[in-house]
Amino acid sequence: MGNVFVICEIEEGKIADVSLELLTKGRSLANDLSCKLEAVVLGNNLKGIEKQVYPYGVDVLHVGDDKRLEVYTTLPFTAIIVELFKKEKPEICLLGASTLGRDLGPRVSSALKSGLTADCTALEIGDHADKKAGKEYKNLLYQIRPAFGGNIVATIINPDCRPQMATVREGVMKMEVYNQAHKGKVNNIDVDSILKPADLVVKVMERHMEKSKVNIKNSSIVVAGGYGMGSKEGFDQLYQLAEVLGAEVGASRAAVDAGFADHERQIGQTGVTVRPKLYIACGISGQIQHTAGMEESSMVIAINNDSAAPINKIADYVINGDVNDIVPKLIKLYKKNTK
Amino acid sequence: MGLKIIVLAKQVPDTRNVGKDAMKADGTVNRAALPAIFNPEDLNALEQALRLKDRYKGSELTILTMGPGRAADVIREGLYRGADKGYLLTDRAFAGSDTLATSYAISCAIKKIKSYDIIIAGRQAIDGDTAQVGPQVAEKLNLPQITYAEKINAADNGKISVLRRLERGVETVEAPLPCLITVNASAPDCRPRNAKRVMKYKHAKTITETQDQSVDYIDLSADRPYLKIEEWSVNDIETDMQWLGLTGSPTKVKKIENVVFQAKESKLISNSENELEELIVELIENHTIG
Ligand SMILES: Cc1cc2nc3c(=O)[nH]c(=O)nc-3n(C[C@H](O)[C@H](O)[C@H](O)COP(=O)(O)OP(=O)(O)OC[C@H]3O[C@@H](n4cnc5c(N)ncnc54)[C@H](O)[C@@H]3O)c2cc1C
Ligand SMILES: Cc1cc2nc3c(=O)[nH]c(=O)nc-3n(C[C@H](O)[C@H](O)[C@H](O)COP(=O)(O)OP(=O)(O)OC[C@H]3O[C@@H](n4cnc5c(N)ncnc54)[C@H](O)[C@@H]3O)c2cc1C
Repeated sequence: MGNVFVICEIEEGKIADVSLELLTKGRSLANDLSCKLEAVVLGNNLKGIEKQVYPYGVDVLHVGDDKRLEVYTTLPFTAIIVELFKKEKPEICLLGASTLGRDLGPRVSSALKSGLTADCTALEIGDHADKKAGKEYKNLLYQIRPAFGGNIVATIINPDCRPQMATVREGVMKMEVYNQAHKGKVNNIDVDSILKPADLVVKVMERHMEKSKVNIKNSSIVVAGGYGMGSKEGFDQLYQLAEVLGAEVGASRAAVDAGFADHERQIGQTGVTVRPKLYIACGISGQIQHTAGMEESSMVIAINNDSAAPINKIADYVINGDVNDIVPKLIKLYKKNTK
Repeated sequence: MGLKIIVLAKQVPDTRNVGKDAMKADGTVNRAALPAIFNPEDLNALEQALRLKDRYKGSELTILTMGPGRAADVIREGLYRGADKGYLLTDRAFAGSDTLATSYAISCAIKKIKSYDIIIAGRQAIDGDTAQVGPQVAEKLNLPQITYAEKINAADNGKISVLRRLERGVETVEAPLPCLITVNASAPDCRPRNAKRVMKYKHAKTITETQDQSVDYIDLSADRPYLKIEEWSVNDIETDMQWLGLTGSPTKVKKIENVVFQAKESKLISNSENELEELIVELIENHTIG
């Protein structure tokens, strides 16, 4: 009772990155609260899955292993988690702000009549005084999130309802092994006793999933292109720059919408969040929805032919000029100086 | 066989196009100055509903919105594009609702509307940005939900088939009716207004709007009942007050900070090879690259 829970997702037998990131965050929240970190995994053929999560500091792993949970659908997952939470009474529950988490989270929160905060960018423990009601609250979860299209940042709390639920996007929290030798225990959920025929009425008839190929999130240098790259060919020059620098290529939404790059490269509020050592923004204006996903980069270089582009305001170096001229020059000069 | 379809639509401030006039002197956004629009993904939802209506003759499309009086604009917009009627849920008792209290109020209104086969919502509203209301309404009505819909393939024989667009792929799912769907921006855009319908529904008004206007309108709607937009207050639907508004909202906003678009000291570099080379060498020397 009163522990921190993380609902984990699995992709092809492996715990998803977003879940490992949340376990890292969950572990530090559990340490702050001096409580346990527990996790939930639902799926099929999960034997040995606990080995993947123990190093992240999981004390108890609740496993629901059943053929009917092979492919995610809302109702059975909700039924099992609601049942588990009624028994375990978690203090905090974290989920990925993924297609799964954003489908499941609100359903569970509604069934438990507990608040859910979407797309948090920071989670902290803090106190709260409700002056009107004359009440003091200790150790609440501060759920910090952007809203209004990124124009404001709100701190949300759930003073009276438990669990305090929050979703977080992939790449927002850092993933860090807590202790390779850490061991927890497994609790096997009796799935059969929970699932009812009514939970199984939605059927997945067909699925086409692509494996994610790019790994911009973990790259220490990101070369990102925007609509200013002009064309797919223009954008493709960035792969050459990225290759010599050992970087990954990212993109703005306008570049993705224009077909210059795949959606999985999109950086920003509706894409991934990156915090590399160096971020090179090429032909990107720097709208708030884009900068939300890169503003924590240690260093930013902006290449833009508009000296008033908003991106310049957050850049450490501003290169004023045409990307088609500057990108080839950078490749050439880098090669020359590293030979 | 006709379907009874309810579209959930929200009026939102246009947070996507924050122009100069919506910026305050301190660099923050003046939310009150943003124009009120039909939530973009709710238009995608409306289009899916209209396609069902085109396909299944005798279908009826109702728009339901919760918000202040001026949210009646959303219903008129829906009527112009092909909806048959609308309900505005408006009351001070709903003020300060989080997504749970919002979905509770909406689900109570849907219970009052009573007969429905499909409820279609947008995936997400662009102000609160949570994508929670759809699934929560489904839970409260004990309906199956299909989120991230891109296309409704068919809805007959008591079943619906939907193509979902997920982060890394697509999925086709089938669910029994009634059920709730939330629609993505990747679904087709909504058709434009129909000129004839604009003429027909231009004077569609809620009771409050009629009272604010001259007597003529009351006369007008007396013999043209389709011009009446139903307006429901908390007394018109069956609710338990403890789940409404601020009291019914487990989440509280502790603090709101405006994002300030601030300038930082940056070093200007021209496109000359000399200056670019200096930069490259500096970055190699301080181990940023290389
Ligand atoms: C800064 C800020 C942060 C917030 N953060 C949270 C939070 O983390 N958690 C939380 O629970 N609440 C939060 N809220 C409150 C939340 O914005 C409101 O409850 C809002 O009314 C509904 O949520 P949404 O805009 O996110 O809608 P979404 O859940 O994104 O809307 C999804 C769909 O539901 C339908 N819908 C939603 N509202 C209506 C309506 N009024 N009428 C008709 N259809 C509708 C539409 O089809 C819409 O496309 C926040 C509010 C603010 C101001
Ligand atoms: C709800 C919502 C979510 C969003 N999420 C995201 C998100 O996750 N990520 C994201 O990126 N955007 C997102 N956006 C879109 C965002 O608002 C901007 O529209 C987008 O980031 C603009 O992309 P851009 O900078 O590439 O294009 P533009 O704004 O068109 O800028 C192009 C830039 O290139 C410069 N340029 C043009 N030609 C050249 C040249 N030859 N050489 C050098 N410079 C040149 C121009 O001066 C300009 O600054 C979102 C929007 C909304 C409403």
